[in-house]
Order: sequence, then C-alpha cells, then structure tokens
Amino acid sequence: MAFEKYDFTPLTQAIHKALIENVSPLLTLIIEWTIIGVLFLLFIAVFGLLLVYVERKVCAAFQQRLGPMRVGPWGLLQTIADFVKLLMKELITPKSVDKFLYNLAPFIVIIVPFLTISVIPFAPGLQALDFDIGIFFVTAVSSVGVIGVLLAGWASNNKYSLIGGMRSGAQIVSYELSVGMSLITMVILAGTMQISEIVEMQRGGWFLFKGHIPAVIAFFIFVIAGTAETNRGPFDLAEAESELTAGFHTEYSGIKFAFFFLAEYINLFIVSAMATIVFLGGWMPFHFGDWAGFNNVMDFIPGLIWFFMKVFGIIFLIMWFKWTFPRLRIDQILTLEWKYLLPINLFNILLMATMVLLGWHW
Amino acid sequence: MKSTFNYIAEIFKAIWSLLTGMKVTAKYFFTPWNNVTQQYPENRDTLVMFDRFRGEVIMPHDEKNEHKCTGCGICEINCPNGSIEIISKSIVNEEGKKKRIIDQHIYHLAMCTFCNLCIKSCPSDAIVMGQNFEHAYWDRVSMTKVLNRPGSKIMEGVKE
Repeated sequence: MAFEKYDFTPLTQAIHKALIENVSPLLTLIIEWTIIGVLFLLFIAVFGLLLVYVERKVCAAFQQRLGPMRVGPWGLLQTIADFVKLLMKELITPKSVDKFLYNLAPFIVIIVPFLTISVIPFAPGLQALDFDIGIFFVTAVSSVGVIGVLLAGWASNNKYSLIGGMRSGAQIVSYELSVGMSLITMVILAGTMQISEIVEMQRGGWFLFKGHIPAVIAFFIFVIAGTAETNRGPFDLAEAESELTAGFHTEYSGIKFAFFFLAEYINLFIVSAMATIVFLGGWMPFHFGDWAGFNNVMDFIPGLIWFFMKVFGIIFLIMWFKWTFPRLRIDQILTLEWKYLLPINLFNILLMATMVLLGWHW
Repeated sequence: MKSTFNYIAEIFKAIWSLLTGMKVTAKYFFTPWNNVTQQYPENRDTLVMFDRFRGEVIMPHDEKNEHKCTGCGICEINCPNGSIEIISKSIVNEEGKKKRIIDQHIYHLAMCTFCNLCIKSCPSDAIVMGQNFEHAYWDRVSMTKVLNRPGSKIMEGVKE
C-alpha cells in the first residue's frame, strides 16, 4: 500500500533499538516515557494556543469581524502574548476558600486531556498507548474532569461558582451517557474496542459510510453530546459569562485559570479526535470504491495530515455550532438529553445490532 | 400513535430550524469581503464613513465663501448642553435698515454629544453633521471652533 511509507513504526523502533542497545532497560523505559511526556506537553501547549487563535478568528468570521489583527501578522502572536500575560499574573487565593480543594481542582481538570491524548493515534505507528479497551478507557477517563469542575465550583466559596459547577455536573453526567452509547453503537459495528484495530478496519471505507444510517445518527449524537461534554456553546451554561460570570472558574486567576482554559480547548481536540477515529477512519485516507487513480492520489497525502484535516473539520463544525446557536436553559439541556438523545440512541443501538447481525453494512 | 408522530416531526423540525440558523452564519463566514471591521489607521486614506455618521457640526460654504446662517440663535437655544454660542452683530444694509447678522458661530466640540438637535432645528439648513471623527487635540482651545469662515457672508435669498 502506498501510504505505508508514512508509517512511523520504523522511526520509533529505531529509537527504541538504539536506546536498548546502549543503556539498561529501566533507563530506556524512563527515557522513552520522558520523550513521550515532553512531546505531549509541547503538543498540548502549542495546540491549545493554536486552537484559541483559531476559535477567535472563526468566531470573528461568523460575526463579520476580523478578529485579532495587531499582534504579529494577522494577529498570529496574539495568543502567545495572552499566555505570557497569564503566566505573569498574580495567583489570587480568595480569603475563605477551601485551600486544598481550590488548588487541586485545576490539576484534576488538566490531567484529563493528558490521559486521553495518550490513546489517540495521530498517524500510523504514532500512538503512545494501545489498550485493547481503548474506547472504554477514553470514556472512563474523560469523566474525571467533572470532578475537577465540581471541586472548583464547591471550593471557591462563591455562589455563582457553585451554581456553575452544579450545572456542569448535571450536564456532563447526562451527556456522558450519550457519548458512551454512540460509541457503543460503533463498537458493535467494529467488534473491538482497540483503537488501532478500529482504525485498521476502516481501511476499506470509513465507518460513517460503512455503517450508513445508524452510523450517521450516532455521529450526530456524538458531536452534540461531545459539544456538551466540553462545556462549549450552545451548552456552555456552566460558565455562562452573562449570568454566572464564568461559573466555576470565576475565582481563579493567572496560570490556574489558564489550566481550565487550556483543558477546555484540548478536550475539544479530544472529542474531535475521537469522532475522527471512530467515524471518519482516523488517519486513513479517503477512498472511493475502486477508483484506483483517485485512491492513489489520496494515499499520497500522509496519514498525519489526514488526521489533522479531519480533526479540524470537526472542530470547525463544533465552533460553527457555538457561534450560531443561543445558549440552552438547564431544563432544555436535560430535556434534550433524556427525552431525545437517549431514546434515539437506544433505538440506534438496536438498529445497528440488527444491521450487523443481518450483515446489511458494507 | 399521534404523539409518536409528533415526537418525530418535532425532531425534524428542530433540525431544519438549526440548519436555517447555520446557513445564515455560513453565509457570513464564506463572504469575508462583507466584513464590517475597518482596519482604521491603515485604511485612513480610503476610509469612507457612513452617510448618517455624526462626526462634528460644520457649516458648509459655497465657492463664493457664502453660508446660509442667519444668526437666528435657534440652534443655541436647542442645544441641550450649551455647545453652541451665537455672537451676532448689527449692520446697516443698502436700504438703510438695521439688520442682525452672524458674527461668530462658536461650536464647543468638547461639550457636544452629537445629538443632532441643532441640525434638526435649523430653519435654513445652515449647519450639517460632518464626517470627520479625528478629534484628538493637544489643548482644549483647539476644540472651540468658529464655524463661519472669516470674511464669509450670508447667501442671497435665504429666508430670515
């Protein structure tokens, strides 16, 4: 296959071999962990800043504005300047907060993207951890974030923060269900929860096309529930600037605030990456039937670029939602989840199971 | 049965209305040349302000250095915050009659709220709103302007 030449496995194998031949196995392990940790740290910092910039530009374009234009060409250095400003800000701890929980909350929130990002395959051979329960791991770990949000809301000793935290809790606990169930629908189709295998199975065609009707329904439910899970508009009532003055992170300043901010954007990336992996074939190029010429041209584009193209496509879709729809009320959010998404989802699982049983998928 | 049908119909109606909203924002997104933001200091030479923009009160003069102001003082009375001062003088015209004409139409830009009441109330349309908005000065003396130009006189045929 043509795209095998973009495989990262020889590179990682070569690094591993060079290390294991020269140093002890324990040191090899430590060095490899450090490399991966530093890479993810850099990726999260750089990608978070990039996403903030993209969000501001996209939001501006949706509102017929230009967005940041002054700092650097086309405002490219704006988010870096903002980040430097946040680093230099004083860390204010309000008088009667619960000090331990208050300081713990941002770290719990930021830990979630670090854990989930480890199972994401960026390109062939570029995946840190390949569990056989990868999908389960992602859904399990991503619900840890809600503890951080609840702690932040509770420990701040501020009624707005508490309302924001509670809203966020109610929302994430509900929508977690939809995310899980839409993933289960696709797991039924794939027959495995190992992420590398799910990607591999989409070599002949993405699951969105392979599973047609139920896959499309699951895709839309996943995008809606994923938007809700990242606390983004139109489901951003946990931080609702106009009513709750930013909700659970009202009392945070400086780098602790930046942690919440960064975690939100990296979670956006992770939701988009999960949608890409499960529905749009991960780093697999787009193939159309047996058009050999077309498929060869598509194979020529590296997997890494395919992956990020798809991820940015979904990020754009979610941003489009945010800057188009008005914020939902808390009762509307719960109605949407429990009266619409959940029944549709259950029906959809049944439909998918029937389809897989009868072999009606491609 | 009917309620089930309504439930499904509601879902499709909701999706349709969401798509309608997304169509509007998509139109904005993909037509960036319609953006309303102005890159101000860069486009200073080509910037055209909107017709109804209220920058400052000006008194148009024609090529013979004539204006339409009769010095009636209605704008001064109508100004809510006293930004206009009319100083008139008496002259004797050709027929030997005494006549009151404008000496100085003083406009305090620093006090003006650009409410447009002077322009609305002017009986002879002598003053209008100009488009210039660059009103930063080093001292407040420059913000007191005399609107009628030196040596100007009233246009022929303006009703008094």
